[in-house]
Amino acid sequence: MPLIINKKISPLWKFRSFIFGSIKREFQTKYRNSILGIAWPILNPLVMILIYTLVFSQVMKARLPGVDSMFAYSIYLCIGIITWNLFTEITLRGQTVFLDNANLIKKLNFPKLCLPLIVIGSALLNFAIIFLIFTLFLVFTNQFPGWVYFAVIPLLLLQIAFAICLGISLGVLNVFFRDVGQFYSVFLQFWFWLTPIVYAGDILPLSIQPYLALNPMSGLVDAYHSIFVNQQWPNWYRLIYVLVLTLILSFLGYRLFQKHGGEMVDEL
Amino acid sequence: MGNITVSNLGKAYKRYPSRVSRVLEWIMPFSHKRHTDNWVLKDINFSIPAGEAVGIIGTNGAGKSTLLKMISGTTKPTLGSVEILGRIAALLELGMGFHPDFTGRQNAFMAGQLLGYTTEDITRLMPAIEEFAEIGEYMDQPTRFYSSGMQMRLAFSIATAERPDILIVDEALSVGDAYFQHKCFDRIRAFRELGTTLLIVSHDKIAIQSICDRAILLNEGSLALEGKPEVVMDYYNALIADHENQTVRQETLQSGQVRTISGSGECQVASISLNVEDKSTDVIQVGQAACLKVKIHCYQDVDSLVFGYLFKDRVGQSVFGTNTHHLEQPLINIKSGEEIEISLHFTVNMGPGTYSVAVALHADASHIGQNYEWRDHALVFSVINNSHQYFLGVNWLPPHIEIDR
Repeated sequence: MPLIINKKISPLWKFRSFIFGSIKREFQTKYRNSILGIAWPILNPLVMILIYTLVFSQVMKARLPGVDSMFAYSIYLCIGIITWNLFTEITLRGQTVFLDNANLIKKLNFPKLCLPLIVIGSALLNFAIIFLIFTLFLVFTNQFPGWVYFAVIPLLLLQIAFAICLGISLGVLNVFFRDVGQFYSVFLQFWFWLTPIVYAGDILPLSIQPYLALNPMSGLVDAYHSIFVNQQWPNWYRLIYVLVLTLILSFLGYRLFQKHGGEMVDEL
Repeated sequence: MGNITVSNLGKAYKRYPSRVSRVLEWIMPFSHKRHTDNWVLKDINFSIPAGEAVGIIGTNGAGKSTLLKMISGTTKPTLGSVEILGRIAALLELGMGFHPDFTGRQNAFMAGQLLGYTTEDITRLMPAIEEFAEIGEYMDQPTRFYSSGMQMRLAFSIATAERPDILIVDEALSVGDAYFQHKCFDRIRAFRELGTTLLIVSHDKIAIQSICDRAILLNEGSLALEGKPEVVMDYYNALIADHENQTVRQETLQSGQVRTISGSGECQVASISLNVEDKSTDVIQVGQAACLKVKIHCYQDVDSLVFGYLFKDRVGQSVFGTNTHHLEQPLINIKSGEEIEISLHFTVNMGPGTYSVAVALHADASHIGQNYEWRDHALVFSVINNSHQYFLGVNWLPPHIEIDR
């Protein structure tokens, strides 16, 4: 096993310049032709946080059940949305990553697994900016959860692993069956509302709540909520399910890629 | 470093009768094969030692690009294997996947990174890349403003910024202008002297003959012939005029040269000789008057007959050629059994060296149409220079020089 990993990883290391260079280029092109440039990726999330806070905690006076803070619902909403966005960015781009880069794949010989890494990298970069602003918001409003904050790191790692395994699997399938991409975009809309991001999970009828646990994203989002809203360590045991699902997906994605990765070039 | 070994290589593209059948083939665990294989290459075997230059020729769709793609590793073979020793630089089709919105410089970085260079490597190589490409301020313009020639200039400069062990070029050079093509070939030659293996696809006969040690002819997905570029080129030439009831055969002459004869055979060359003052010879002085006598025998009635001939130099480059169609001396309504003798008077304004004569009998302006007979190396003769001052080249262009001082 270490040998296999070494065989897969070392070519990727050789192409590290390509991976980092591509992430940088992508970021630059996104804001290059704008006057405010780097201000946009900061303004966007800032406005989102301010609007949610203003609308929900000031205007609508929305309160989360059991939490007595005027910022609670705004934090609940923001952390749910920004982590959900990280998830959708990785999966949606993973799903089209081979199609989008057909031009390169057909003409040059390089490890194709560089491409999903670039997807992760640029999604993480966007996320980092938003998350930093969110953290500053927590500090300024005196809502910073303390040491619990660092529980975010393993959570993010698990979430990214889950997202990219799903993304690569969808990406390979999408080359051969374009319906997969269309289906997933529709499915994501349902998935968003089946995850307790906007609403709290416990407002659902008791008969439905067990089914919510089948949704891996609900486990992850709940964990973020417990860190930032309740300022408590997340329930790690609930995440074992997500971990197992990630392992299954990684096996599936690896098999798909192994078996059909070569054929992909002919199909593009 | 630089060896290529291709064994039993084959490539088939899968064809599914419908989209659903692919799903079924993937999902059903023990289902039968639902696709048909469309073989574009089959049973290709050859090996190229380090430092050799090999040209690959063949008609469109013969499988040349697919072969190069498998050697460079972009496409996986269906059967067989390719073994490579050393670093490959490949210029496949147009460009190297340039992103139209990035500038030439950004694309150069990206392409370089895709070849496995680090950013520092490329920064170091960049001045040389820019200098070689000679595209000036376009370097900092998005590549969507580039002409195909400029894209090729940049792509070639990047791919050859450092000497690779193996260089693969797929027709890319043909979009460059004459100046840049020369520059490319100079660089390729320099690399070769340092031991780079070259694999090139080109329809340019001169390029293949002047650079390659060997040529490989692909025809309908299989290796049709492998050998000296000149021989393979002659065979290819005959092959592109291939019609029904036409044969192509090659025979080795006593001199070691290979004669290619092809054609449908309605009219054939019975004899050919080169005469000076009515005596057959194969050595001629520069500037002498000579006569090429060709006897043609017709085995069937033909409506029209064009006689063509071509002098070629030692390496197979064309020196001079024309035919009776262009000379407006058509031969029409020829009866079976007729004998025709053609006497072709000309002055040997040629440089010293050996030349071969190819003759062709066909119905229209060129042998691509109805080809009765095409005969390479029908005759070989030498030109010597005993009577004039020393000069170089295949042409004798005696000057009249005035010097003012």
